[in-house]
Amino acid sequence: MHHVQKEALEAAASPAPRQRLVIVGNGMSPGRALEKLFEAAPEAYKVTIFNAEPRVNYDRIMLSPVLSGEKTFDQIVIHGDGWYVDHGVTLYKGHRVVAIDRDARTVTSEHGVVEPYDKLIIATGSTPIVLPVPGCKLAGVLTYRDLDDVTAMLLVARSRGHAVVIGGGLLGLEAAIGLREQGMEVSVVHLMPTLMERQLDTPSGLLLAQAIEARGVRVHTGANTREILGTDPGAGPSRVRAVLLDDGTELPADLVVMAVGIRPSAALARDAGLAVNRGIVVGPDMRTSDPDIFALGECAEARGQCFGLVAPLYEMAAIVAAQLAGDATAAFNPSATATKLKVTGINLFSAGDFSEGEDRQEIVLRDAARGVYRRLALKEDRLIGVVLYGDVAHGAWLFDLLKRGADISDLRETMMFGPGAAGGAPLDPTAAVAALPDDAEICGCNGVCKGKIVDTIRAKGLRSLDGVRAHTKASASCGSCTGLVEQVIKLTLGDAYEAASVQPVCGCTALGHDDVRRLIVAKALKSIPAVMQALDWTSSCGCAKCRPALNYYLLAAWPGEYQDDGQSRFINERVHANIQKDGTYSVVPRMWGGVTSAAELRAIADVVDKFAIPTVKVTGGQRIDLLGVRKAQLPAVWADLNAAGLISGAAYAKGLRTVKTCVGSDWCRFGTQDSTGLGVKLEKFLWGSWTPAKVKLAVSGCPRNCAEATCKDVGVICVDSGYDIVFAGAAGLDIKGTEALGHAETEAETIEIIAALVQLYREQGRYLERIYKWAKRVGAAAIKAQVVDDAEKRRALYDRFVVSQHFAQTDPWAERVAGKDAHEFVPIADLALAAEGRR
Amino acid sequence: MTETIWTDVGALDQVPRLGARVVRTPQGCVALFRTVDDRAFALEDRCPHKGGPLSQGIVHGANVTCPLHNWVLSLETGEAQGADAGRAATFPLKVEAGRILVDLSALAGQPVLGKAS
Ligand code: SRM
Ligand SMILES: Cc1cc2nc3c(=O)[nH]c(=O)nc-3n(C[C@H](O)[C@H](O)[C@H](O)COP(=O)(O)OP(=O)(O)OC[C@H]3O[C@@H](n4cnc5c(N)ncnc54)[C@H](O)[C@@H]3O)c2cc1C
Ligand code: SF4
Ligand code: FES
Repeated sequence: MHHVQKEALEAAASPAPRQRLVIVGNGMSPGRALEKLFEAAPEAYKVTIFNAEPRVNYDRIMLSPVLSGEKTFDQIVIHGDGWYVDHGVTLYKGHRVVAIDRDARTVTSEHGVVEPYDKLIIATGSTPIVLPVPGCKLAGVLTYRDLDDVTAMLLVARSRGHAVVIGGGLLGLEAAIGLREQGMEVSVVHLMPTLMERQLDTPSGLLLAQAIEARGVRVHTGANTREILGTDPGAGPSRVRAVLLDDGTELPADLVVMAVGIRPSAALARDAGLAVNRGIVVGPDMRTSDPDIFALGECAEARGQCFGLVAPLYEMAAIVAAQLAGDATAAFNPSATATKLKVTGINLFSAGDFSEGEDRQEIVLRDAARGVYRRLALKEDRLIGVVLYGDVAHGAWLFDLLKRGADISDLRETMMFGPGAAGGAPLDPTAAVAALPDDAEICGCNGVCKGKIVDTIRAKGLRSLDGVRAHTKASASCGSCTGLVEQVIKLTLGDAYEAASVQPVCGCTALGHDDVRRLIVAKALKSIPAVMQALDWTSSCGCAKCRPALNYYLLAAWPGEYQDDGQSRFINERVHANIQKDGTYSVVPRMWGGVTSAAELRAIADVVDKFAIPTVKVTGGQRIDLLGVRKAQLPAVWADLNAAGLISGAAYAKGLRTVKTCVGSDWCRFGTQDSTGLGVKLEKFLWGSWTPAKVKLAVSGCPRNCAEATCKDVGVICVDSGYDIVFAGAAGLDIKGTEALGHAETEAETIEIIAALVQLYREQGRYLERIYKWAKRVGAAAIKAQVVDDAEKRRALYDRFVVSQHFAQTDPWAERVAGKDAHEFVPIADLALAAEGRR
Repeated sequence: MTETIWTDVGALDQVPRLGARVVRTPQGCVALFRTVDDRAFALEDRCPHKGGPLSQGIVHGANVTCPLHNWVLSLETGEAQGADAGRAATFPLKVEAGRILVDLSALAGQPVLGKAS
């Protein structure tokens, strides 16, 4: 950095007056040009800058971290106010230049400042394109270009409402993720069939879409925006309300961000009579059709091309600086550009040209289990295109080969695996990892490099993957680098490495339940075939063990989105009745909290008579079981029960079974609270949700505990001061008393704690693992910490439960009475009408 | 050997993938299965273990798991897989123009099959 004093002295002593350099626009490229110029010819120019934005030069590409809250504006400033003072630069902030007078050699700002120039740089950047659809001018429709846009978005995001981002390119996706991080419900609408289609090929575009959706952003590809709908103008000034797509879909929107492309800002140059095509036309020396005027940055069109990434713009900046410093030979030769998406945890890298063509070959590596996809495009022994998804560690090395146009005939076999494997070395993965330098990034999500992992293993004496995860966070997020991390451990420990011994879900996979669950979420897998494909299932369509488990995990992960797969359910859950030893079924209606009425009992009696049901029994769960119903009769039986207000009791479900109650304070002389009422409330709140295994509750009105709450999955014992909540009891195959969970003072608090507990169980429990087994595995204290002690966590769990209940509380009997899955209940063909009497 | 008699029992589309439907016959029920790759099979709807209705089981690969006690039977041969021993009768089946044709002639003169359905 220069010293002010020295500069002032030099300026005073300089023989010729400095030339006047005026710059229109204060973006990233002129900032870089000035740095270079002040290095090469510190004395040559007196610089004046006009900037339409009312601020100093900042790193525009880091706006996304500002939007997501990872950074503040101060952290992305490139040149602070002091820099301008130091360099004697006059910066007009918030002054848009409205005219260039080439005869008078002046520029005029919107506020009337007229500035003479000897040399002029136009660096006006680009203007975001606004789709001219109806409603595009409504309040709440923004573009994404500068800090003001970010500030406006953050303001709307406070409402935590809905945002729609139009455009699934780099900018649109970063905006979407940023808004999501700010708590908005975000949808991305993209015209093309895959995201970022200009930088990615179809397979990597699809992987990206999964990753984006896994972050809670809905992606609509192949979707065209027809109209932006506003609020009723009668109710105050109209602002955006929704986005209407061509197919009629209406996406609610409190905010619409258009990120559909940019157009070079060339109007000022055009008005001044300079040659303008798509951008301001410049020669290799970056001069426009007027040799005293340069165009620089996104507004310039060099060699017939406009550029939208900073790397080539910085190359341009170097040429402009050299030319201004007197090097007339400096010429702009654009080289290939590389793209990375700046979304934490999503690793993609693309460079060059990877379109298919007859004159080119490609090498593709796909490791679905690790979420890795790589494609190299080759032409005549040169690398011309690279797409890396998931594991981008070798991006820099490959990009270097591409830019240099290196002859890769010797590397062909191994270059896919990076420099460590190249040069004819054997393809032992450990060898490739051994060859990685210490600063090679292993875990992209958490930015952990190889050296850190090795050091931590040594320092802490770690022996297992879990240990490394806990201490370094490597592979602890999306897990796609788990294989690499394991290799680093193996390399460091040799035989001392304790490979995790997980019990696989079933014979179709080597993965355990927890890994499968984690990967379903991390990879945004949304169907059973997608899971099997992505996680390398060894059977074509799973087995009777894994399919029901996957069906549950998908339901729990994607409420409202995942379509339940009936064929992957055990018969009882498929037809919502319990199969009996003779192939008939039992029917158990809900009897909320064990309370019934004359009308319900009469309806049940009528059904029993009408369908000649052989057995009626009171169950151990305080309700009534109708046994021996033929399958074909089920819908008709349910219709009659529904008519009396009775719905399915889910006596077959991995879900809420019964909430047993005692009579409590309504009648009992010892009752302290309304145990019956609370039981009914709990049952009404919890019914319908699918859980890893069945869930049974009981509420007793006093510690005498007539409802046997202390051997249930969850129990409540009412006391004078409120409600003691207990959990993790068992009274079936195992017998185990419950453990204390917490104490609540109100019914509402009791319900919130229990719903949070059930949700945590839904998220962590392995399929068929009852609550007491889950609690034993993860520790009752850890559960208590989350659902009782940490009010915020509890609330979040409760909220997620409420969301999923929104999609779960539909009576399956009523659905089937209305015709759903009708094929289940009738034979496909009846060649035996004569056999009717026998059935 | 009796002569082959193809009976049209319905469209393949009426059987869910990885699912089953039942054909009632005077001798009892026959289960039609459809695999993920649209192959179809016909078996007597009666598990060799304790008579469970196979049509109510979970179909996976070319197997079905009985709903009562989880025996796994091959749809191709009707044989119980793994350690279990037993066999459910199979019937010739072909799919033509999307229709399922089954040869049930083996049933003729047989006593009534399982009573499940
Ligand atoms: C009907 C009922 C017996 C009765 O006549 O009272 C019953 C019947 C069955 N129980 Fe039960 N259990 C019934 C109350 C119980 C209870 C008592 C309770 O809920 O208070 C227990 C002990 C508490 C518990 O769940 O821990 C109980 C522990 C079991 C178990 C052992 C579970 C365990 O994890 O230890 C099984 C086996 C299983 O689920 O794998 C089981 C399984 C079954 C199944 C579903 C067996 C099966 O898979 O086919 C029975 C089906 C009956 C049907 O078709 O309706 N049933 N079962 C009771 C129905 C209650 C209801 O209204 O829904
Ligand atoms: C959110 C976001 C993320 C990005 N991410 C990446 C990335 O990851 N990698 C990458 O390589 N590139 C990225 N880019 C693109 C990169 O930021 C631009 O290519 C680069 O900033 C362009 O620099 P520039 O100097 O040409 O113009 P700009 O930086 O746009 O600066 C132009 C300036 O000129 C001002 N101006 C315009 N007209 C006038 C006028 N008449 N008078 C006075 N002032 C005027 C404007 O207000 C603006 O401040 C991203 C861009 C955005 C918006
Ligand atoms: S003992 Fe049972 S019935 Fe009696 S008050 Fe307590 S809870 Fe109620
Ligand atoms: S009846 Fe089929 S397994 Fe027992």
